[in-house]
Amino acid sequence: MDAILKTDVSAASRVRAATPAIAVEGLVKRYGQVRAIDGITFNVARGSFTALLGGNGAGKTTTIAILLGLVRPTAGRVEILGQDFARHAKTLLARMNFQSPYADLPRRLTVRQNLTVYARLYGVANPKIQIASLARELDLDALLDRPLGELSAGQRTRAGLAKAFINRPELVLLDEPTASLDPDTADWVRGFLARYAREAGATFFIASHNMLEVERLCDSVLMMKGGLIVDSGAPKELIAKYGRTTLEDVFLDVARHGALSESAP
Amino acid sequence: MSGIDAGTPRRIGAVVLRHWYLIASSWPRFVDLCYWPIVQMILWGFIQTFLMRQSSFFAQAGGILLGAVMLWDVLFRGQIGLAIAFFEEVYSRNLGHLFATPLRMGEYIAALMLVSLARTAIGLFPATLLAIWFFGFSLYSLGIVLIAFFVSLIVFGWSIGLFVAGLVLRYGLGAESFAWAFIFALAPLCGVYYPTAILPSWVQALSAILPAPYIFNGMRAVLIDHVVRVDYLLTAAGLNVVWLAAGVAGFLIFHAQARERGMLLQLGE
Repeated sequence: MDAILKTDVSAASRVRAATPAIAVEGLVKRYGQVRAIDGITFNVARGSFTALLGGNGAGKTTTIAILLGLVRPTAGRVEILGQDFARHAKTLLARMNFQSPYADLPRRLTVRQNLTVYARLYGVANPKIQIASLARELDLDALLDRPLGELSAGQRTRAGLAKAFINRPELVLLDEPTASLDPDTADWVRGFLARYAREAGATFFIASHNMLEVERLCDSVLMMKGGLIVDSGAPKELIAKYGRTTLEDVFLDVARHGALSESAP
Repeated sequence: MSGIDAGTPRRIGAVVLRHWYLIASSWPRFVDLCYWPIVQMILWGFIQTFLMRQSSFFAQAGGILLGAVMLWDVLFRGQIGLAIAFFEEVYSRNLGHLFATPLRMGEYIAALMLVSLARTAIGLFPATLLAIWFFGFSLYSLGIVLIAFFVSLIVFGWSIGLFVAGLVLRYGLGAESFAWAFIFALAPLCGVYYPTAILPSWVQALSAILPAPYIFNGMRAVLIDHVVRVDYLLTAAGLNVVWLAAGVAGFLIFHAQARERGMLLQLGE
């Protein structure tokens, strides 16, 4: 009986590991006549760092907003952590979190108050312990009882990151996670993200314009342009494919001349 | 609007806590909640004192103006309290964070109602006590029926507040002024200070579909005739069911449209 149970459990964990953290199929978002997303399909492997790159208006933020349930897609299917997002959105959102420059936390509340509210919303078992732990990890101890509005942009970004990790998410969506941070703090935050991914086995889906950050953190890159995914691959593969030395040069090539796959017959 | 689960009270409590933090951290906000109901009460208290000396009707029906102004405040504060609680999220660009949590729409609406209830109670309670001290009128002399009046008026206020909040979700902060405009446009139909029977017949027809006129007419029946009009209370309750359903439906429809148009991450000052 025990043997059967063990076999079942290990089979279940193998299936879980094989199921992508994010599976998007034929996703379309139209705003009137404008096609913000034009039928994209991609998978994000569990435990990976995947970057979504593209110029302004490429469709990155819309894609992330759809994955969070904040925008209703016109067509397509989204599966998150092996479940249909449209049907299980609220259950799945408890296992995810995000940070975006398009959403702020209430500035009149202190950092601790904000984190307490979100800890309760996400059903965190021991909010005080979790807040103390995050404050230590993100160097927020001295800021916990200060209103968010009194903090610098960089300090607010760190407070936003604390909110993004308050529920120990399995899937983290980050839009420009290190924008407005000085290089030292940004490097330190990247270290935090890598450490969290390693310890929690979490999946990261990151929209960023910081190519060095993407090169350092990400296993995989999706390049968006005009609402389409025009290329994808590991950062080193893309650099080699375009015959460039940095991902930034690849980004510029794609933005200015289009992806190699676009010009292919 | 999916169902209830074990986390529902905790999530509702979290939204209420967020607003409590906001009110408790700022004494000017606290004072602002109490200030206008007290000013209104004093103003109408003196008008009533003056009229009581001029007219035997007012002399016999002491308190109808003060009672009316305080009950009107239940409706007004209920509506504005809900709308402002929602606007706070828009001002702080927090909607994206909030709606990307496991919080369900029904829980959010329930939380907004509780915040409105707290704001109304905090705002009105001092005014009701000062009315006893200044003018010798106790709103609590209405007796147990006061609870029915309060519930009926605040529920009607929530209905309008939800619709206005939905308008802001859909059309942005440009629609914010409707929070004040809607309720004051309805005020003449509500018969706050006069029986709705004096309205032109076509206006009476409009007034008859609102719950509030039955409550204000019912209050006058208690204070003037010492009669509790159960028929008025039941009519108001029935109409409230319809108005609240319309308010919730309006909010949900506007939310769905905002989600369709990608406005939940964009709304803000």
